Amino acid sequence: MKPTDIRDPNYFHKVVDCQWACPAHTPVPEYIRLIAAGRYSDAYLINWKSNVFPGILGRTCDRPCEPACRRGRVEKEPVAICRLKRVAADYKDDITARLPKPVEKKNGKRIVCVGGGPASLAVARDLAPLGYDITVLDQDPQAGGMMRTQIPKFRLPDSVIDEECGYILDLGVAFAGGKRVDSLKALLAENWDAIFVGCGAPRGRDLDIPGRKEAAKNIHIGIDWLSSVSFGHTTKIGKRVIVLGGGNTAMDCCRSSLRLGGEDVQVVVRSGFEEMKASPWEKEDAMHEGIPIHNYLVPKEFTHENGKLTGVVFEHVKAEKDAKGRRKLVPSGEPDRHFPCDDVLVAVGQENSFPWIERDIGIDFDEWGMPKVDERTFRSTHPKVFFGGDAAFGPKNIIWAVAHGHEAAVSIDKLLNGEDIGHRPLPAVEVVSQKMGIHEWSYDNDIAGDKRYRVPLRDKVVALKDIRAEVELGYDDALAFKEAQRCLNCDVQTVFESKLCIECDACVDICPMDCITFTPNGEEAELRTRLTAPAHNLAQDLYVVNELKTGRVMVKDEDVCLHCGLCAERCPTGAWDMQKTLIEMTQAGTACRSRA
Amino acid sequence: MTYIVKPRFHHPALPKNALGYTHRDYEGSVSTLCAGCGHDSISAAIIQACFELNIEPHRVAKLSGIGCSSKTPTYFLGQSHGFNSVHGRMPSVMTGANLANRELIYLGVSGDGDTASIGLGQFAHLIRRGVNMTYIVENNGVYGLTKGQFSATADRGSKSKRGAINADSSIDLVAMALQLGATFVGRSFSGDKKQLVPLIMAAIEHKGAAFLDVISPCVAFNNHPGSTKSFDHVREHNEAVNRLDFISGRSPIAVDYEPGAVEIVEQHDGSKIALRKLDGDYDVHDRRGATNFLLERAAAGEIVTGLLYVEPDGEELHDNLKTVKKPLNTLGERELCPGSGALDKFNASLR
Ligand SMILES: Cc1cc2nc3c(=O)[nH]c(=O)nc-3n(C[C@H](O)[C@H](O)[C@H](O)COP(=O)(O)OP(=O)(O)OC[C@H]3O[C@@H](n4cnc5c(N)ncnc54)[C@H](O)[C@@H]3O)c2cc1C
Ligand SMILES: Cc1ncc(C[n+]2csc(CCOP(=O)(O)OP(=O)(O)O)c2C)c(N)n1
Ligand code: SF4
Ligand code: SF4
Ligand code: SF4
Ligand SMILES: [Mg+2]
Repeated sequence: MKPTDIRDPNYFHKVVDCQWACPAHTPVPEYIRLIAAGRYSDAYLINWKSNVFPGILGRTCDRPCEPACRRGRVEKEPVAICRLKRVAADYKDDITARLPKPVEKKNGKRIVCVGGGPASLAVARDLAPLGYDITVLDQDPQAGGMMRTQIPKFRLPDSVIDEECGYILDLGVAFAGGKRVDSLKALLAENWDAIFVGCGAPRGRDLDIPGRKEAAKNIHIGIDWLSSVSFGHTTKIGKRVIVLGGGNTAMDCCRSSLRLGGEDVQVVVRSGFEEMKASPWEKEDAMHEGIPIHNYLVPKEFTHENGKLTGVVFEHVKAEKDAKGRRKLVPSGEPDRHFPCDDVLVAVGQENSFPWIERDIGIDFDEWGMPKVDERTFRSTHPKVFFGGDAAFGPKNIIWAVAHGHEAAVSIDKLLNGEDIGHRPLPAVEVVSQKMGIHEWSYDNDIAGDKRYRVPLRDKVVALKDIRAEVELGYDDALAFKEAQRCLNCDVQTVFESKLCIECDACVDICPMDCITFTPNGEEAELRTRLTAPAHNLAQDLYVVNELKTGRVMVKDEDVCLHCGLCAERCPTGAWDMQKTLIEMTQAGTACRSRA
Repeated sequence: MTYIVKPRFHHPALPKNALGYTHRDYEGSVSTLCAGCGHDSISAAIIQACFELNIEPHRVAKLSGIGCSSKTPTYFLGQSHGFNSVHGRMPSVMTGANLANRELIYLGVSGDGDTASIGLGQFAHLIRRGVNMTYIVENNGVYGLTKGQFSATADRGSKSKRGAINADSSIDLVAMALQLGATFVGRSFSGDKKQLVPLIMAAIEHKGAAFLDVISPCVAFNNHPGSTKSFDHVREHNEAVNRLDFISGRSPIAVDYEPGAVEIVEQHDGSKIALRKLDGDYDVHDRRGATNFLLERAAAGEIVTGLLYVEPDGEELHDNLKTVKKPLNTLGERELCPGSGALDKFNASLR
């Protein structure tokens, strides 16, 4: 294998599994250490810079970082990265003085964002401090998008949304609520320097089966119903509720129903329980509240009497593999099943819809009705129009919307500075040795054996009485400390210098995870078979260093390294060092522009 | 020396042996030796050997004297019996323990000072009596623990860290062991586990006195230019006569060896040593030839390593003493005092 180029910023970035997996590349271990040190405000600001909504995300994030977390490969469960983020938000001091101030003298460039969800707000947050004049338009009265209109208050209180949207609007961003944009053509005619479309994916899929029209009064589209609940228009539901669908929307629908008068609330999904789209913890939360989830049942018909819904008939199915090995649902032959109910919530998917975008203004759409958007620059086929969030590539989640917002902001900033937006900035990397003494490091290298701590919940009886009562209470500071100590500090890298190595094997012998091997070089696939411990995880790199005296190479499998620093402590010559790599994505501003 | 406890987490796909243990289960407490000390690598090799041999830790007795090397039994086999004797006196404790309970696996770990300086007399008798055990000398040419004075194995003419030249002749423990009748003799290097681990495995399975001289650089006091026990010097002058694979008794030989290039040595318990010859003429069954070869190569400044001598069907102390098969420490009063009738009979036989 070729020796590893550790100067490539992506090499060590990949080792920080959580940060690599985070769409916004939040420096996770850095903020977790700050939480352990009780420096909540500092931890908050690191998050604020990279993911814009720490308090919101600390409660609702889809957390792609957690399945990626190295701790999950070392023991059973990953670090509770997401809920630690909430800790920073909950216990920080007043940080307003540390945020950027509104710019007095604007730079004269006007940008409009359509939609006031996380994608648009991230664009506004990145560009307003640079002097851009930003206007955000939304059909709803308040900023926040689906964070405000869809996510139930018992998961995300308004106060948190108000606070974090407020930080952005306070940067001097103009928010025009209650303003629906009906024509992009007309908007283009207003001569904005750039337009960002962050209008989300606002349409809930319907279910066209017999009885749908006749029983329409008691059949509701999930996301419409949830926003109506959020706005306070809907305050009641029938006693017996069937929720159709297995995604996160379905989980929010059933739990909301339980708080609005539903007594017998059940979720029914077509596929198997395992294949449900909802995150495991969302399913867990629903079941914890006593909601049964039935699987392998396909809705066939709504039953009704005198124009009133009486129930739903389902066909039993089972999963089978077809000739090509694809999974298919086929009738199982069992008799159909009737679930009597008073109301049905249809949560079977969400779609984009762009009725307000004319098709003759230079914005190309694909065969599925989605705009053609460049995956790196987020620009459409119109030079001034950018897309991001759910509007760009279909419904995802908040953190992706934020990540899109950052990239679009970089594009807009470069565009309006006359630069090639295809030329993307590299992240900033800061490398600092952690050595303080012979066995002293400026991070806590002792590995905690603790299992993942559960987040305390509000008493169920109390929680179910009030739809605005937040269910999760969050970690207290003692629990937060203990959970933070589970983090393996994956950003503190093992850095090897072959010139200093005397090949004494001390690191090989001490390494608790058998990561290190000294061996003759070879091709990667073959080399992997010769390492001290099995190296089956191909997603994780081998760190290869050559030019050892014996002509062998040092190979370190990054997979399950604990970053405990024992290799460096045992090295008699300092050939191993523990170096912290702080990797920060380059956002809009001078740093993202080319120096030329 | 480190201040944190070695984390108990281990690689999720770590292999387990027939007893269900991983190699981590054969560790002891964390080493307090200098970072990079060769002795730690030998401990790791012992751990690997015991793991691969499926040894139940409670069946091992590890004995040592005094020195950095003699401290190491604390750092492996945390669940085994252990005895730290007085400096240079491990051989007599070893002999006594072995006589009292012949059923344990005996592992002596010592240093070149502990064995060749203060303990030379005891060492000689342990070997010549053929006590059934494995004796490992972690040979660094100095008294590491007392800050690096030359030991009796330091080569004449080699230089100390402070520049003094050793004027005394050195003792070659391998040559001594051969002369004293050890039935298994080998030499290896802490920095070469591929050679060391199978040697330790074969030595443990050997019946009789097995002796291993393992060169083990002292990074604190004897790893400089001018030393003949440094990593660089040993790597440059290491002359291996053979490479060996150890095949434990129960398993058939799975690897196809090219005929002629490999000699299979079967030990008393059925375990086999597959020896890949590196030096064509070297014969591991020729005690005198081995001694000559050693002396000749040593004069040329080379360090001969590998399995140097083996007598697979040698005798051991218990054979010679004709002790009963049952461990002496399990004999009860009835067996030990068979009564006056038996005494009369015995006395009569002497008349
Ligand atoms: C029930 C439900 C629960 C969810 N829970 C989570 C969760 O827990 N965690 C998570 O990460 N994600 C969750 N999501 C997804 C998440 O809310 C979205 O992915 C995210 O909000 C998308 O952000 P966005 O900025 O692209 O658009 P949105 O948040 O959808 O914002 C778009 C805004 O644009 C406005 N708008 C649309 N068209 C126009 C127009 N023509 N003129 C003016 N304004 C317009 C809309 O009113 C809306 O306010 C959930 C979604 C749903 C439906
Ligand atoms: C009777 C006695 N004499 C002297 C000493 C001091 N002493 C302690 S260790 C040691 C030498 C150890 O050398 P070696 O066996 O080579 O071990 P190393 O530390 O080099 O591994 C000496 C002389 C002692 N402890 N007891
Ligand atoms: S252990 Fe810590 S640094 Fe490593 S992936 Fe998990 S959260 Fe990130
Ligand atoms: S930091 Fe070093 S000793 Fe610790 S697990 Fe990683 S490679 Fe092994
Ligand atoms: S003094 Fe030498 S022998 Fe003793 S622990 Fe240190 S390196 Fe090893
Ligand atoms: Mg010594």
